[in-house]
Amino acid sequence: MQHTTGMTTLLHNFSSLVMQTGPRQTFCTSGAMMEIRKLARMKIVDNSRIGREAAVAGRPPRVIHVYKKNSVGYLGDKIMVTVRGQKKRAYIVGCKQFQAPNVPKFDSNNIVLIEDNGQPTGTRIKVPVPSVLRKKKDGEFTKLLSLATRFKGPLWTSE
Amino acid sequence: MATARTFCLKCSLHLFKKGPNVGSIGTNVFMRQSNTLSPRLVDVHRHSKLLDENQTQDKADEILEVPRDFRFVHPEFMPPSLWYRRDKLTEYLERRDMYRRRSVMEIPEFYVGSIMAVTLADEYSPKKNSRFVGICIERRESGLRANFRLRNVVNGQGVEILYEMYNPLLQKIEVLKLEKRLDDQLLYLRDAPYEYSTFSFDLAPVPLPKASSVPVNTLKVKLNPRPWLQRWERAGLQGVEEFEVSEKQRIKAEKATTPWEKYDLMKKYRSGINEYDRGDIIQEFYKQTELNKPKTLKKKPLKQV
Repeated sequence: MQHTTGMTTLLHNFSSLVMQTGPRQTFCTSGAMMEIRKLARMKIVDNSRIGREAAVAGRPPRVIHVYKKNSVGYLGDKIMVTVRGQKKRAYIVGCKQFQAPNVPKFDSNNIVLIEDNGQPTGTRIKVPVPSVLRKKKDGEFTKLLSLATRFKGPLWTSE
Repeated sequence: MATARTFCLKCSLHLFKKGPNVGSIGTNVFMRQSNTLSPRLVDVHRHSKLLDENQTQDKADEILEVPRDFRFVHPEFMPPSLWYRRDKLTEYLERRDMYRRRSVMEIPEFYVGSIMAVTLADEYSPKKNSRFVGICIERRESGLRANFRLRNVVNGQGVEILYEMYNPLLQKIEVLKLEKRLDDQLLYLRDAPYEYSTFSFDLAPVPLPKASSVPVNTLKVKLNPRPWLQRWERAGLQGVEEFEVSEKQRIKAEKATTPWEKYDLMKKYRSGINEYDRGDIIQEFYKQTELNKPKTLKKKPLKQV
């Protein structure tokens, strides 16, 4: 048993050596997609453990599904992401793309993870979320917004 | 292309039955918005002899003394910079609405680089309005579409909001610190450390002595290392510290420059706003603003339903 695990780790190390010979690739060969679609990289902004681990490992979650017919995610839309080898559902709470007038635009694409039963995974949201989200009267979504209780202008936070 | 023409007696204009969106000047054919008339057609009407008698009386009014830098203080009153977007009739109607809005809410003088606070009616806020403070990084468009973009960093997150100046949802526009920067756009703050775009929401307004010119902040921003959102080495930025440019990037940036454009007189004439296009807008502005100065609005308590 020990022998096999040793072999597998060796193989794994070898394959990683083959795959990543130099520093990690800092450029992308495909053009920039200016919207949130499948394989878009997001940023988890709640204080969930899995989000912290993903940030430490430098592996941001990627969108694998947008729960919409046109499969483009906008502010307040529900998506599915892969984090640390797991499928997780999440809500988009901040977008980098251009927004309509009076709607905040953020420097990163922010998401907040939710469990399968609709409860948010974390207990706090670390960055501000726009107040426009409050117009969405979805059962799961109101649970998520109850984490952000303090407001600063058009933005709501947990801090 | 055969176009059926009809002659309208009332407005003495030729109306094209087929392809009304296509106007032509010389050999260039350009697309026009469907709800507008071509400026040339409108001018035919405007220069008709019937109208001249009334116009001469208006022009005889005393000429007000106006500052020379009006174009930069109120750029939204100027016609659009794209010559084919200009339409004197819609511009006039929009300006009329702008004066009406200015008679209700004060829209102060500001520039890119000024620190501003905007209060907006917000039904999702407990106070029913929200106040956002930030630095103006961009100012665009003319007429009723005139807008500006504020940027700030809240809880370690960069936030930007675009406000339309003549949006009736705006309740108040304050200029906390009136100043200019070395550049026309500060979009490079997105690629700069957060310290350069962090401003307190409790910032008190910094008074400026009367009759003093607008100060220029000569702050040089240090950009983050690459990757950037834009190729700033091509933008010719003034308010940025020197950054490293590789040989390849330098050569490509050099190739992308268009130094001959400053000798293109036709382009300069079209992109600029000449005296004919400017017309009597400045005179009109000062007359209108003196007539209807913003009255202090009494706050009525909202009825609870």
